Amino acid sequence: MSRFELPVVPFPQAAKVALADSQLRRNLNKATSTIRAKRKAVTEELPYWEELREAGRRIKQETMRNLDRYLLQLEEQVTAAGGTVHWAQNADEANELVTKLVRDAGATRAMKVKSLTTDEICLNDALQAAGVEAIETDLAELIIQLAGETSSHILVPAIHKNRAEIRELFIRTLGEPDLTDDPSDLTDAARRYLRKTFMDTTVGISGANFAVAETGTICVVESEGNGRMCLTLPKTLITVMGIEKVVPRWQHMEVFLQLLPRSSTGERMNPYTSFWTGVHNGDGPREFHLVLLDNGRTKVLEDEVGRDALHCIRCSACLNVCPVYERTGGHAYGSVYPGPIGAVLTPQLRELAAYDSLPYASTLCGACYDACPVKIDIPRLLVHLRGKVVVGRQRKGLRFDGEALAMRLAARAFASPKRYELAQALARVGQLPFVHDGVIEALPAYLRSWTVSRNLEAVPKQSFRQWWRSKK
Amino acid sequence: MQVSLFVPCYVDTLFPETAIAMTRLLERLGLEVAFPQAQTCCGQMHFNTGYQREALDLARRFVDVFAGSETIVVPSASCCGMVREFYPYLAHQHDDVALATAVEEVAVRTFELSEFLVQQLDIEDVGAYYPHRVTYHPTCHSLRGISVGDAPLKLLRAVRGLELVPLGDAESCCGFGGTFAVKNTDTSTAMLTDKVANVVATRAEVCVAVDNSCLMQIGGGLSRGRTSIRTVHLAQILASTAEAAFGTTHVSV
Repeated sequence: MSRFELPVVPFPQAAKVALADSQLRRNLNKATSTIRAKRKAVTEELPYWEELREAGRRIKQETMRNLDRYLLQLEEQVTAAGGTVHWAQNADEANELVTKLVRDAGATRAMKVKSLTTDEICLNDALQAAGVEAIETDLAELIIQLAGETSSHILVPAIHKNRAEIRELFIRTLGEPDLTDDPSDLTDAARRYLRKTFMDTTVGISGANFAVAETGTICVVESEGNGRMCLTLPKTLITVMGIEKVVPRWQHMEVFLQLLPRSSTGERMNPYTSFWTGVHNGDGPREFHLVLLDNGRTKVLEDEVGRDALHCIRCSACLNVCPVYERTGGHAYGSVYPGPIGAVLTPQLRELAAYDSLPYASTLCGACYDACPVKIDIPRLLVHLRGKVVVGRQRKGLRFDGEALAMRLAARAFASPKRYELAQALARVGQLPFVHDGVIEALPAYLRSWTVSRNLEAVPKQSFRQWWRSKK
Repeated sequence: MQVSLFVPCYVDTLFPETAIAMTRLLERLGLEVAFPQAQTCCGQMHFNTGYQREALDLARRFVDVFAGSETIVVPSASCCGMVREFYPYLAHQHDDVALATAVEEVAVRTFELSEFLVQQLDIEDVGAYYPHRVTYHPTCHSLRGISVGDAPLKLLRAVRGLELVPLGDAESCCGFGGTFAVKNTDTSTAMLTDKVANVVATRAEVCVAVDNSCLMQIGGGLSRGRTSIRTVHLAQILASTAEAAFGTTHVSV
C-alpha cells in the first residue's frame, strides 16, 4: 500500500506520538534552529529581499492565470529540442507511463534524483511492483529508503534522524561494519555504494524545480552533485513534473535562483544547478521524457484563494520556522508535504474531508507567511480551508457534534447583548464548583483539554460592561 | 477627540481589568471615551474555527455598532486584525457588497491600543509608574498580523520604575491559537512549556503582552507550574500611576 492510501491518522493523535519521542524533538529542535539562523542571516543581508519576494509572488500568480498557455508552450519547446512530452492526469497514469518508459529502455533499475513529486505519486512502490528497482541517490533520501521510512521534511527528508542512528543503519544495510558516526565517514560509505550505481544504471528519473516555457529548459537544484550524475550519465532521462512548476521566461530564473537557496538551505548560491533543454548528440542522455503531472492540481486552481498553495517552490522555510512542525516533525502530517505548506496543499490535492485535521494544525502565528519566498499567505489559506471543512461537515449532516453546537449557541448569544450578558452570568454561576481560591484547575467536557496543562483564572464577579454602567 | 472602545468578549468577561485600565488611561490622556453597549464579539473564534456564516453575522453586527464611531481602540491585536485583515475576506467570500463597503470605512479607524498611542497620538510616555521587573512577550498577531512593531516596547521603556528584561526566543508563539489550544492540546502544551521556561528564566515579576488571550495561555502555564510570575496586559501597566496601581492583584470571585 502506498503512503497516500494509508488510513489518515488525525493530526492531534499523530502529533501526540511524535511529541512523546524526546530524541525526535531534540533532533528537530537542533536542525530547525540551525537552518532558521542561517536563513535569517542571508535573507536579511539582501537589501532588495522584499522586492524579490514580491517579484516571485507576481510571476507565480501570472503563471497560474495562464497555466494552459505556458504548458503548451513548454511542450512545444521541449519537443522541438528533441524531448518527448507526456501528460498524466493522476498518479496511476504517471506511474504507468514511467514504468513503460523504463521497460522500453530495457532496464530493470533506475537511479533517482531527490523528487517530492515522485514521492507524491509513490513511484518507487509502483516501479518495484513492476520489477524495477529505484535507487535514491540523494543522501538523505537514500537513508530513508534504506531504513524503509518516509520523509519527514521537504528539504531534509531524514531530519528526524541523528548521525548515531544513521551509522547504525549503514552498518546494517550497506555492509560497512567499521563505520564511525563522523559525517564524512558516513558520506564516504554512501559514496562507495552510489558510485557503483551511477556507473552501471542506464535510466535516470528526476523531478523538476522549474521548467522554462519559452525555452523548454528544465532546472533541478541540489547540493550534492549526485543529482547531476543522474541527469547526465544515463542514456534515458525521465522527468516527472507537477504542472505548476512551469515559469514563463528564462529571465524569471534570476528571481527564483536567488529566492530558493537563501530560503531553503540558507545559502547565497545553490551548489549544483542543472539546466537541460531536450537532448544533444554526444552530450548527456540520448532520450529525454517529460511527464507533466496534474494529480489534483487543476482542481486546486479552481479555488481562487486556495490556488496560492500552488505557488510553492518547495524551499521548506515554512517548516523550519513553524513552532508546530518544530515540535511534531513531519510524519504527523501524514503526507510527503508536511508543515504549514503541507497543511494547505495536501487537503487540496487530495480530499479535504480525509485530511480535515490538517488546516487546524496551526496556531495561525504567521511565521510561515513571513518566511515564504513567494509570499503565500498560509494563515489565510488555513482559515479558508477551515471554512470549507465546516461547510463540508454541515453538508454531510454533522451539524450536531459538540463543537458545532457550542459554536451555534455562542453565535446566538453574541447576536444580542441581552443574551450575551445572560451567558456571562451563567458562566459565573456554572464555574462555582470548579473554582478554588480564585483559580480553576480542572474543567469537564470540551474544556477539559484546557485544564490538562493550564490553570484558568475564575470569571470575575463584574464584567467590564457592568463596571461601565456602574461608573456612569 | 472621542474614542470608542471595542472590548473583545473574553476581555469583557474574563479580564475586565484590562478594559477598565484602558478606560482610565485614555481618560487620563484627555480623550473622551465611549463604549457602544450594543457590541458583543468580533467573531474571530467562529471565523478561525471555520464557522464563517456565524462570523459573517458578527462582522455585520460589528460594523453596524461602530458605524458612527470616529476612532475605535481595541486592547487586542488579534481582534483588531480580525476586523482589518479578515472582515474584507469574509465580505468578499460571501458576496456581501454592503459589508465590504462598511468594512473599508471601519477598518481604517480601528486600532490596537499600543499602535493607537504611538502611531496615531504620537505618545510614548503616558506618565505611568510601575515599579516592577517586567518581560514583554510580542504576541504573534501584534508582531506579524497587524505589525505594531516596537510600539509596546517604546511605551514600556517610558514607564517610570519599570525594569524591562528581554525574553528569550520572544517571537516564538506561545501555543494558544484560539481553539488550537483545545483541539491540539499536546502540541499547544509543548509550545507553552518552552514559552514558560523562557519567561521563568528572565526572573521577571510580570509578563506583559497586548493580548489577554495569549496571556491566558502563558498565565495558565505559569500558574500550573506554581511560579509567582503574574501576567498583565499592557493597558494595566500604562494605566498605573504612583497614586493608583493596576495589574498588581487578581480580581477573583
